[in-house]
Amino acid sequence: MGKLPKTNPAESTSALDGYRVLDLTTPLGHPCGKILGEMGADVIKIEPPSGDAGRSRSPFYKDPSGNDHSLFWISYNTNKRGVTLNLESAEGRAILTRMAKEADFLLESYPPGYMDSLGLGFNQLSAQNPKLIYTAITPFGQSGPYRDFRGGDLEIMALSGLMSLTGYPGKEPLRISLSQSEAWTSLYATMGALTALSHRQANGGSGQFVDVSAQAVCVILCAHAPWFWDYNRDTPSREGEFMTGRTITGAKFRTIWPCKDGYLTFIIYGGPAGQKTNYELTKWMESLGMAPDCMKQKGDWSQFEVATITQPEVDEMEEAISKFFVNITKAEYLKGVAERGMLGYPVASADDILADDQLQDRNFWQPLEQPGRDQPLKFPGAFAKFSGMECGTRFRAPLLGEHNQAVYGDEMGFSSQEISRLREAGVV
Amino acid sequence: MSQQALEGITVVEFTAFAAGPCIGKYMANHGAFVVKVESASRLDGFRTHYPPFKDNIKGWNRSGTFAMNNDCVHSIGLNLKVPAGVETAKKLVAKADVVVENFTPGTMSKLGLSYDVLEPINPRLVMLSTCNLGQTGPRAEHPGFGSQLTSLSGFTHLAGEAGGPPMLIYGPYIDYIAVGYGYIAVLAALEHRRKTGKGQYIDLAQYEGGAHFLAPALLEYQLLGTAPERQGNHHLEAAPHAAYRCAGEGNWCVISAMDDAEWKRLVEAIGSPAWATSLRFATQLARKENEAELDKHIAEWTSTRDAQEVMETLQKAGVHAGKVNTVPELFTDPQLAHRRYWRPVEHKEVGKHHAMLPAFNLSATPCADPRPEPCLCEHTEMVLEKLLGLSKAEIDNLASQGAVELEKSLTPATSKS
Repeated sequence: MGKLPKTNPAESTSALDGYRVLDLTTPLGHPCGKILGEMGADVIKIEPPSGDAGRSRSPFYKDPSGNDHSLFWISYNTNKRGVTLNLESAEGRAILTRMAKEADFLLESYPPGYMDSLGLGFNQLSAQNPKLIYTAITPFGQSGPYRDFRGGDLEIMALSGLMSLTGYPGKEPLRISLSQSEAWTSLYATMGALTALSHRQANGGSGQFVDVSAQAVCVILCAHAPWFWDYNRDTPSREGEFMTGRTITGAKFRTIWPCKDGYLTFIIYGGPAGQKTNYELTKWMESLGMAPDCMKQKGDWSQFEVATITQPEVDEMEEAISKFFVNITKAEYLKGVAERGMLGYPVASADDILADDQLQDRNFWQPLEQPGRDQPLKFPGAFAKFSGMECGTRFRAPLLGEHNQAVYGDEMGFSSQEISRLREAGVV
Repeated sequence: MSQQALEGITVVEFTAFAAGPCIGKYMANHGAFVVKVESASRLDGFRTHYPPFKDNIKGWNRSGTFAMNNDCVHSIGLNLKVPAGVETAKKLVAKADVVVENFTPGTMSKLGLSYDVLEPINPRLVMLSTCNLGQTGPRAEHPGFGSQLTSLSGFTHLAGEAGGPPMLIYGPYIDYIAVGYGYIAVLAALEHRRKTGKGQYIDLAQYEGGAHFLAPALLEYQLLGTAPERQGNHHLEAAPHAAYRCAGEGNWCVISAMDDAEWKRLVEAIGSPAWATSLRFATQLARKENEAELDKHIAEWTSTRDAQEVMETLQKAGVHAGKVNTVPELFTDPQLAHRRYWRPVEHKEVGKHHAMLPAFNLSATPCADPRPEPCLCEHTEMVLEKLLGLSKAEIDNLASQGAVELEKSLTPATSKS
């Protein structure tokens, strides 16, 4: 049986050309392999024969043949080839073990201990392939008191602290309605995997184990809130549409404003950019006779500071500003702030983003083919523009077992009879 | 101490606020030598504009927002408005592997430090520019902060109760997405350099990074003609899926049952009360239909119980549950403590506090204990000696021209900005 093919790294046009990734993740880890694939890695998504849990996430797109495709699956499994493999069978484990001998990265997000119990843990696989970088992506990490806890997006966001900072004071703490923990956790998993690759390159080729905790990752969504406690034993909390913690007087600022066709974001800031913004807004309001004295009196606003402002001063300004905003549209606002060099943006939804000329002009969107559709979809392109290498979406998410023949047959050298037998035995 | 993963990599930062600095901080956590170019005449806004300040006393060495994003980083004072300051910056770049900058597009050019200028000096240089909307496009030069870009990027729209107004998402949410992608981009470009010998320029738009986190919504609009809306904590299909008030002031626990089997475990764990056996809650479809009533019943059960106890009882029964940690509780959370997520540091002006480590733990090359965030210009001499081999006399000469700034020359009065 032949070896898995590897391209020569010297011919590379992408950062990770020639690297092989075995992706055994559940939804929490899906975007990790996607990002590695955007940078050229050959990512093989290895699913149970019944299909990955991500395939049954709603909502679904029904193709003309009547097959359902999970939008989550389509979104976060691009740039992967897909095979099925039953790790509960001895033969399945033997096949994975063989694949792992040639791999650079293994990604998995099963409950802690599960891969070890199959004989497919880091210690077992790295013994035969010391360069393997083994990244485990779980809700809470590989050890510790919560290691065996169940954690979906809701639990991760609760324990990360973010929810305590979102919603109305005293009312139900909130998560973001579109599940975010998968993308966040996978982003950090990719950072960890590449940090381990840097070490491997610089230090004689040894891989290592990367333990990623979704809870720990999502603590960063609290941004600097923890330092209020760390520095001064203050407890930031949720304030609805308002922002606190920016003054030493305790004043709070409105951040979300109703406008003619939705909502806008605007915040009274200090510093040079805030001073300019406030000055420009005052002029804009004045042009319609709507600027109050308290704003006009600030002149060029160069003496304005946020940290020492009082609540009555804020309220007086915000009352006038709200009357101004309620009469303009999101599009007028976006045009106005851009022309005037002001800080502020509309509260956009998916359709606004798809229509934004800034993204069009930068050729951000990449076409994504989808079975049964004539027109390709507009899909997020490269996460960054690199002057010297390729990055971005190369191909759509795989159908179930789509690359079994290519991987098991063409590359690993199983005959079609052997593959048939493995299929009948429920191995692939 | 074992060799760290990024040891030997030198990073020079021209950064402020979150999106640029946090990349350098994370690299420094893994052993890179990171130099932040600063000046008393052009301060990082996080040093000056926003609380928390230690003991509520403003001062450029007393900022918690700065602390979050700059532990392990070295601060060098260079005045880029003085020609010799720019020349010194170029000499540092010549010794660097990576430059990170997050000014408004065009600023590095105005300073005479664009990639076109730096690349001939150091062809192996990897330079990352990270900004709101990217270096090109009709609105490239429109300035903005992450806390508002989070709205343009579609996230604010998805926070709030069904039918209610959007809620603020705390902090510059999208900046930290860009931090992750920026860190990945830099390490990927360094990997590419190992194969090709060449550096490159990276243009990262935070807005575009954010679009990846919204991908299912972008597809939904195109494929189904709908866009996801605010729905509180509720789920499209599963119920219960919400936060419930627990005993005591301000305590909450989230509970979710993702299928009927999990619901049965939940019912048993709460003692199989009569209401829970009603047909109104027997199937996922029925529970979703009667969700308001379901939430009320569950809240009755949680309201007399401790949030930690609710979580542990349900988790033991195999049910998704999680206490809503408040900010102080993040520092006592036993799981985060087990991972040593927060590390004590001692800062010469702030005193004892904590730094946050990256959320991925490497088995062979763990992060070393961090150093605190630097005081302004704290490492000017050290960096100039280490990277450029300058003598004390040469450094004093540059200082007398106003090109470099030394911590000892900054008077205490000016440090209270």
